Amino acid sequence: MDEIDCKIINILQNGFPVCAAPYRQAAAQLGLTEQELIARLKALLDSGALTRFGPLYNAERMGGALTLAAVKAPEDRFDEIAGIINSFPEAAHNYARSHELNMWFVLATETPGQILQTITAIEQQTGLTVYNMPKIKEYFVNLKLEA
Amino acid sequence: MPDATDRKIIEATQGGLPLTPEPYQAIAEQLGLTAEDVMSRLSAMQDKGIIRRIGAVPNHYKLGYRFNGMTVWDIPDDTIDDLGQKVGQLDFVSHCYHRPRHLPEWPYNLFAMVHAKSREDVDNQIRQIAELLGGFNHGCDVLYSTRILKKTGFRRSEKSRAGQPVSDETALNV
Repeated sequence: MDEIDCKIINILQNGFPVCAAPYRQAAAQLGLTEQELIARLKALLDSGALTRFGPLYNAERMGGALTLAAVKAPEDRFDEIAGIINSFPEAAHNYARSHELNMWFVLATETPGQILQTITAIEQQTGLTVYNMPKIKEYFVNLKLEA
Repeated sequence: MPDATDRKIIEATQGGLPLTPEPYQAIAEQLGLTAEDVMSRLSAMQDKGIIRRIGAVPNHYKLGYRFNGMTVWDIPDDTIDDLGQKVGQLDFVSHCYHRPRHLPEWPYNLFAMVHAKSREDVDNQIRQIAELLGGFNHGCDVLYSTRILKKTGFRRSEKSRAGQPVSDETALNV
């Protein structure tokens, strides 16, 4: 990654035009040609520096439901518990974290009711209490990772 | 809520925009729509918040941000909206949520994900949040992710057209 790549990442985190030739418009802002910008975006995606380039959708506005939940998995059952939770297709992500609540996962379902059903099923299969922490409110963020 | 045509556009773009000079035209051709229709629907979804933004989504780790901490805070409920908004405005916070406490063991109700290139930077960021919260901070903790156990992203499959959530910013590190 060189300076131009960093500039592309930094500027294009702010947004991308919706017009007939958006790469040309964005490239002009960056002092590049349309073809240069497209080639560099391709390379950044191939190298994994960018995970995606395009619209970022808000799951809840799509009609689905999401929650963050955690369990205290005993060390000697950690892998077993992870296996049970991961076996649910509703479990989108699962992270080990440094805390007594040591397993944190995101459940994504089509309806809010399915969230509670999934939690009940996980509690039954693991014998653990699931700490359900659905968001009450989301605060606007304006993160830009400086490349 | 997106309609059936919006959903087709969502499905066609959840992997990303085509890297061709006229990407919206390319999507339109693929779906049997006009480019104008695709563009006006994308703009409308952006206005409604169905699309958070269009653009580059960097990989934290590849940019050197290897320290991703979930900072959690115990804030009086009657001040949390005001303070949550301020914390969200800090340029190193990627997600900021009010979530329920689980007393007595989990007193924290404000969650802010922070991203830094070193442990020292994270400590610095936590200090900045603590300063901002001042006397309203009744306790805090930071949980580092030590291992990814599962990461699938929110993808709509052919089978679940009814509305399984698609990729969300929270996908990076909730």
